[in-house]
Amino acid sequence: MLQNHKADAVMTETYRDALANRFQSAVPFANTCKMQITRIDVGAVEMMLPYRDEWLGDAERGLIHPGIVTALVDSACGSAVLSQFDSYEPVATIDLRMDYLRPALRPLDVICRAQCTRITQTIAFASATVWQIDADTPIATSQAVFMRSSRRLRERT
Amino acid sequence: MTTRLQRARRLARDEGSYSELLALVPFARFLGIELDGEGSGVTARLPFRAELVGNRQANALHGGVTAAFMENAALLELMLRLDLDRVPKSIDFSIDYLLSGRAEDAYARCEISRVGSRVAHAVVRCWQQQESMPIAVARAHFLLAALE
Repeated sequence: MLQNHKADAVMTETYRDALANRFQSAVPFANTCKMQITRIDVGAVEMMLPYRDEWLGDAERGLIHPGIVTALVDSACGSAVLSQFDSYEPVATIDLRMDYLRPALRPLDVICRAQCTRITQTIAFASATVWQIDADTPIATSQAVFMRSSRRLRERT
Repeated sequence: MTTRLQRARRLARDEGSYSELLALVPFARFLGIELDGEGSGVTARLPFRAELVGNRQANALHGGVTAAFMENAALLELMLRLDLDRVPKSIDFSIDYLLSGRAEDAYARCEISRVGSRVAHAVVRCWQQQESMPIAVARAHFLLAALE
């Protein structure tokens, strides 16, 4: 019994490691931007976007465009939901809301911590915080909702 | 003194040439956004390319790309319509996804609902095959003047 439990834990670990390791190859846009999962736990991920001048929305003032921050948050929240599962199943974003608390500045990387806050048969809720230097001084917070695939729902029930 | 934004806006309004305006926003150029149309009917276009895909298996447009494209469409519309001397700052942005984005070009149109002295509100629609079947709708607030 105990051994079986251990074997399950190892398998679950492998699935999450695979999520992090194959993230860029499975998500072409993440590869384009070199977004990477820097930490993964059950229902929580940390994702990093390395700085590039191409992210600027206001080159004169050196401000990063909010759109690339939104793209990072969407990826991080989706990954946080996937990390809650025991095996891969597709999810689709239903809605996402961003609050831009502070401007994101040149030339700093952007880090997002996302967690899955509640999961049901059909829906998954996630929230995220984004920062550059200090996690206690966030540049953005976000809430997102995802839909699980109906095919998997039929298999689950 | 004429700022780059003022010069870009004049070129866009008077000659329908949007390259100067897009040049002010490096991230819009990175995504490959184009602006078409004149007067009140400017449409933003996101030409499809494989690097914008969010799921290799499903070959669907990345949801974050759709959001970023719509946020750009709103910002560019504000820069074009209003007599600002700086790029507006985003306050918040909220998107509802209606259909999965396909591996093809996307279009967006922004409507500025209200312009106050400091804050503007905008609504954006994004579609692919038919304008009447949006893949996403979004709303956003922008700060027009820095609060010192």
